[in-house]
Amino acid sequence: MMKVIVFLFINVLGISLVFASEGGAIPLKHVSINLDDKAALYRGAQTFIAQCATCHTAQYMRYGRVASDLHLSSAQANSLLPPHLKLGDEMVSFMPADYAKSVFGTVPPDLTLIARVRGADWLYTYLTSFYADPTKRWGVNNAVFPGVNMPDVFAALQGVQEPVYQSVKLPDGSSEQRLVGLKAPLIAGNMPPAEFDTLVRDLVAYMVYMGEPAKLQRMSYGPYVLAFILLFTVLMFLLKIDYWRDIKKPVKPE
Amino acid sequence: MIQKLGKWVDDRLPVSHFWNAHLAKYYVPKNFNFWYYFGSILLAVFAIQIVTGIWLAMNYKPSAADAFNSVEYIMRDVNWGWLIRYMHSTGASFFFIAIYLHMFRALMYGSYKKPRELIWIFGVLILVALMAEAFMGYLLPWGQMSFWGAQVIISLFGSIPFIGPDLALWIRGDYVVSDVTLNRFFALHVIALPLVLLFLIGGHIMALHEVGSNNPDGVDIKTNKDEHGKPLDGIPFHPYYTVKDLFGLGVFLFLFAAVIFYWPDGGGKFLEAPNFIPADPLKTPEHIAPVWYFAPHYAILRAIPDKFLGVLAMGSAIMILFFLPWIDRSPTKSIRYRSLAFKIILFSFVIAFIGLGYLGTQPVNYWTTLFSQIFAFVYFGFFVALFLVSRFEHAKPVPERLT
Repeated sequence: MMKVIVFLFINVLGISLVFASEGGAIPLKHVSINLDDKAALYRGAQTFIAQCATCHTAQYMRYGRVASDLHLSSAQANSLLPPHLKLGDEMVSFMPADYAKSVFGTVPPDLTLIARVRGADWLYTYLTSFYADPTKRWGVNNAVFPGVNMPDVFAALQGVQEPVYQSVKLPDGSSEQRLVGLKAPLIAGNMPPAEFDTLVRDLVAYMVYMGEPAKLQRMSYGPYVLAFILLFTVLMFLLKIDYWRDIKKPVKPE
Repeated sequence: MIQKLGKWVDDRLPVSHFWNAHLAKYYVPKNFNFWYYFGSILLAVFAIQIVTGIWLAMNYKPSAADAFNSVEYIMRDVNWGWLIRYMHSTGASFFFIAIYLHMFRALMYGSYKKPRELIWIFGVLILVALMAEAFMGYLLPWGQMSFWGAQVIISLFGSIPFIGPDLALWIRGDYVVSDVTLNRFFALHVIALPLVLLFLIGGHIMALHEVGSNNPDGVDIKTNKDEHGKPLDGIPFHPYYTVKDLFGLGVFLFLFAAVIFYWPDGGGKFLEAPNFIPADPLKTPEHIAPVWYFAPHYAILRAIPDKFLGVLAMGSAIMILFFLPWIDRSPTKSIRYRSLAFKIILFSFVIAFIGLGYLGTQPVNYWTTLFSQIFAFVYFGFFVALFLVSRFEHAKPVPERLT
């Protein structure tokens, strides 16, 4: 019996290891998100509207929802709002779809739910992993999204990073240049690296919030709901003990 | 006044008869353990799904153009919409967790054996109906996984010789999964299958209350009765098991709420990430994975290189359950008094089922295919081995009374 268990356990472990070994050119960088930091979310919202919303939509996110969830003053709320829109409006892009199509060849995807699709770590790594690649349409490529058809919107702030290639032998004898890492830009950006990092972290935090605004609510209601159910369960347990007092213990076989 | 009204009703409707027959004077073995909570829990989850489903249907729009948007509308603009939706989506997964544990209980204690064969058959029918219900419900959010999952599963019917392609077309109502498919799946999901489930659950419970519950000892409590004809080892369901089950329900609801409020996507298992992208018939996702509760069956399907044979294997994996009461020929019910051989094959079956569940969600490669084949072999091997083991088994003596 024990041998069977050990055999099966080792095999299950074995196959999980086989799957764990898959990965991209560079590992994803971890980012911790604190949705309680409303100031960070507000800065993220500003960056999103100034940079991303030029081309991308966030068609399920209303400006008013951002304002109320982040406890913004009306002056702060209005600073996010483009002149032709109202607080109840959704974050539609400033760029008409047919114009976007003529520039990019496709309409840039809606970003409301992108954090739920990709995850915060992927977004953070993606936004900080553009590098110079003159063969591409916008002169840049991305380490976690090779061939992405998006310009590096943060090039002015971050500078354009340089790729590190390594020659890899292929099984058929030929060799191939592979991206193995990124190094600092030749021309530094306008923003100190630490400050840029904060900007991206805030932006990612905002995008996580935008993917699921209800997260703020469920996190705040959660403890009360669980406490109530716990109280109910304890009462039911005591009730059960009380009722079952008169049930004789089962007869033990001699 | 109230008493008079009660009597007036009772003279015309068997209220107190029903109360006594199924609760207050319905005798149940007194030694139920952990595994016996899941029946009442399943009933509660069914009720939760019906109620949250009604409220979701008030705001959901079953059309290809609006479905995805209306789900986001529920998540953002409808008051408490996120809570109702998460209760429903988490409820689907918990329904399967509870039903799989409930079935495992039946396997351990031989609850499918004479005279409870019909209870088991109703139970497997409930499982089949629940799978259909979950599959159709999963299409409704109209995300990429909804769309492509449905596309893949419906295309399986197309592999049946002769009638396959027409059958698949008949199910979809179109040449691809489309607005027509979504609309009919909505109708089936909210009306047809819940009704079927309701009748099947009714049949399951009626059959159970006719012969009475099994128990962890597999001893029939009706063979030892006192002078009033009450089973010596039996206690009335109400109040003893109503309070006990309320406690069990409390523990269950605690876990349920913990997931809803802190982990609603279940690490990508309860709500899959690609399903937050609207359905796009022109863009196939790189990796189409079924939801976790279908993964074991999907792994069996993929383990067989031929598509039609794979479909047959997947179908038989469920169909074979109907025959379990006759495959297991041992008169001893409970695992407590059965042979080591039985314990080994049951344990291997559980490992194979869990293993298949893991493999079914993984991309295909040499190793996943190999292990899926091994586990599928063990899955079906369980029934063959059970047929043989149960014939020659040397079971321990079963006590007269509950222990």
